[in-house]
Amino acid sequence: MKVLKTETVEVRSTQDVVIVRQRVRSMAIECGFSLVDQTKIVTAASEIARNTVIYGGGGQAIAEHLENERRQGVRLTFEDEGPGIADLSMALKEGYTTGGGLGLGLSGAKRLSNEFEITSAPGKGTRVVLARWK
Amino acid sequence: MERIPILKMGRFLLVTIQVDMHDQLAIALQDDLTERIVATAAKGVLIDISSLEVVDSFIGRMLGNIASMSRILDAQTVVVGMQPAVAITLVELGLSLPGVRTALNVEKGIDLLRAALELES
Repeated sequence: MKVLKTETVEVRSTQDVVIVRQRVRSMAIECGFSLVDQTKIVTAASEIARNTVIYGGGGQAIAEHLENERRQGVRLTFEDEGPGIADLSMALKEGYTTGGGLGLGLSGAKRLSNEFEITSAPGKGTRVVLARWK
Repeated sequence: MERIPILKMGRFLLVTIQVDMHDQLAIALQDDLTERIVATAAKGVLIDISSLEVVDSFIGRMLGNIASMSRILDAQTVVVGMQPAVAITLVELGLSLPGVRTALNVEKGIDLLRAALELES
């Protein structure tokens, strides 16, 4: 698998969430994603980027344009050094929230992605890697 | 702070969202709309989201909040112009906008509001 392009965006405020959406959109277009696939990965990115700001206290997003023998894709990595998540299975449950939202962010972003991985521990921050292929 | 304009059209208020909204802007719109409903005694609110390329759970929640708040203030809300890709994504995200009325475009939204008002009177 080759990484054709990498972009890093600081995610500190809800304005930065908008910038993440725009960057992910242009990368998805470069990958030749259909409009529906673009919308799905941009929406997933928006959910996780907001979590990075609200729960993680800010961090960064890395977007990569990937290519393997068969297809192209976008991989997004969100990292923060916030308080971390004690119970990951709970956090991934639909409708569960500690922030007063709908509790759809993580579960929804996972459904909108082809690959989804989250690593976190209390005091160790949170890292979410998701990918969508064309 | 930037604000999303709210236009008065007879008994209705029209909001056309043409920017990629950050969360504070969405919250400000919610506050402004409830104030304008009361100030103008509007009976209906039309929210045109045809330019919105992304509706995530936050914006979806804001749309639901506006619908609930306006109902309590004796006005009906119709969300119009959702792009097909946005609708597909919203459902997959797990958000089906319960309690939010929708129409395909502004014209159909106005028809819907007028019909609802006639039923009331």
